[in-house]
Amino acid sequence: MIRFENVGLRYGVGPEVLKDVSFHIPPRSFQFLTGPSGAGKTSLIRLMFLSLKPTRGFMSAFGKDVTRISPSEMPALRRRIGVVFQDFRLLDHLTTFENVALPLRVAGKEESDYRTDVVELLRWVGLGHRMHAFPPVLSGGEKQRAAIARALITQPEMLLADEPTGNVDPPLARRLLRLFLELNRLGTSVVIATHDIGLMDQVDARRLILFEGRLEISE
Amino acid sequence: MVRFFRRKPADDEDDVFAGADARGRGDEPGQIGFDSSSGPSPIVPSRSVAGRALVFVVAIMTFLSCLTVGAVTIVSAAAGDWQSDIAREITIQIRPVDGQDMLARLDAAVRVAEAQRGVENARALSVADTNALLEPWLGSDLELDELPVPRLVVVTLGDPALLDVDALRATLAAEVPGASLDDHSTWSGQLASVARSVVVGGFGIVGLMLLALALTIVFATRAAISSNLQVIEVLHFVGAENGFVAREFQKHFLLKGLVGGLSGGVAAVLVFVVIEVFAGGFRSSATVVQAQTLLGPLTIGLPGYIAALAIVFAVAILTALTSRVAVHRHLTRLD
Repeated sequence: MIRFENVGLRYGVGPEVLKDVSFHIPPRSFQFLTGPSGAGKTSLIRLMFLSLKPTRGFMSAFGKDVTRISPSEMPALRRRIGVVFQDFRLLDHLTTFENVALPLRVAGKEESDYRTDVVELLRWVGLGHRMHAFPPVLSGGEKQRAAIARALITQPEMLLADEPTGNVDPPLARRLLRLFLELNRLGTSVVIATHDIGLMDQVDARRLILFEGRLEISE
Repeated sequence: MVRFFRRKPADDEDDVFAGADARGRGDEPGQIGFDSSSGPSPIVPSRSVAGRALVFVVAIMTFLSCLTVGAVTIVSAAAGDWQSDIAREITIQIRPVDGQDMLARLDAAVRVAEAQRGVENARALSVADTNALLEPWLGSDLELDELPVPRLVVVTLGDPALLDVDALRATLAAEVPGASLDDHSTWSGQLASVARSVVVGGFGIVGLMLLALALTIVFATRAAISSNLQVIEVLHFVGAENGFVAREFQKHFLLKGLVGGLSGGVAAVLVFVVIEVFAGGFRSSATVVQAQTLLGPLTIGLPGYIAALAIVFAVAILTALTSRVAVHRHLTRLD
């Protein structure tokens, strides 16, 4: 689905934050992306959801060379990828329901068509009673689950989660991990960026380890 | 499509968030407080788009544009009336010539004029009428009978198009010594030129005001984009197309353009109505009479009101389209 070959990335004229990164995310796979803070995890995640383009090397997404993807093709590709940010990126002026429904709304669907789906997903992640609440009054865990629900509502082919358990307590972190495993079992490729060793030890999954911009893979 | 989250967990699986949402699970989607009468919240928050100040600017620009269009309508209509009046009248001037009888030549000029096609009637101004015309310039004490004052024949045209001015001029030259014809074409041409200048100038002013408004909208849109960068970023990563984002901004600006445009347009129409009522109530006032003599009735009429309405909608559409283009350009740069 996503392929990197000797990819390098630098911001402006600064030093390379990713160096010669090569890996492949197969369909229906589950992997952790780990490494110390500042190793380049978030930059790699941004590359994978097509927010950045590599400054060198080859990168393809869903079979397309990212350097040849036109701006008009980008929205359709991004809809195939769900992203959960460490800082949630929920819109404070929209309710939880509206935040989760946002990907469907931008795809031009009517609320009457997606209301049931969104309500059921919110219940599935335990936010059925908070769907009319606005993000500022949600707890960290609730925000995290709302952000996850927003990433999942279109049933993407790939889910990228940046430190999804960074703001929650261990029991909720375990529940979130079970949620990701459930998604993976249903066909979604999952990449979880985390430096929580305890979380990774709970699952026997491939680990992509970043250190000073270089990637090692632990199968 | 069967949604993954509709699938119930198997007996040996954990329900992922069992117990976390006990309050919500028994409800049906239609019974959980959705208000079907109100649509979803705007994706771009209203308060993040420059509000009252922008509406004021739009209202003022619309008000001034409508006033300009109204003034152009009045002047243009008055110039049309002037031209029409002047075109329906020509003047034959007969200079005193030694040895020639003035009265006989006046009769001859009237006869020649009335024989032409398109002429309704011809009338020689009496000595008293001629003196009355000269009195404002020469004073009332002067004895005009002793001066070689030309006499005038006023020719009223039924259909100016039928009259052959050159033929009339040639006949007069042949049959009436000392006669010359003034068809007022110099005046008419100057009035047409003035009317054209007023119309072009007025529309130029409206154009400049709309341009200034468009530039104001561009600045307001840029400010709105700057304060909504996070919203735009989120929209992008959930797969929004630039057109969708631009439409979300456009909705706000269209609303503000409509509110501002209608406010300015209504204010301008009120001014026109007040002027009309004022002119009607003070017909005896010398100023009003002079203004009406010069410009005709002080009302913009139906075309003026239609033009004002057109300005209001043009302003609203201009506001929306300008913001859309500005957002599109900004997003293209971001891409």
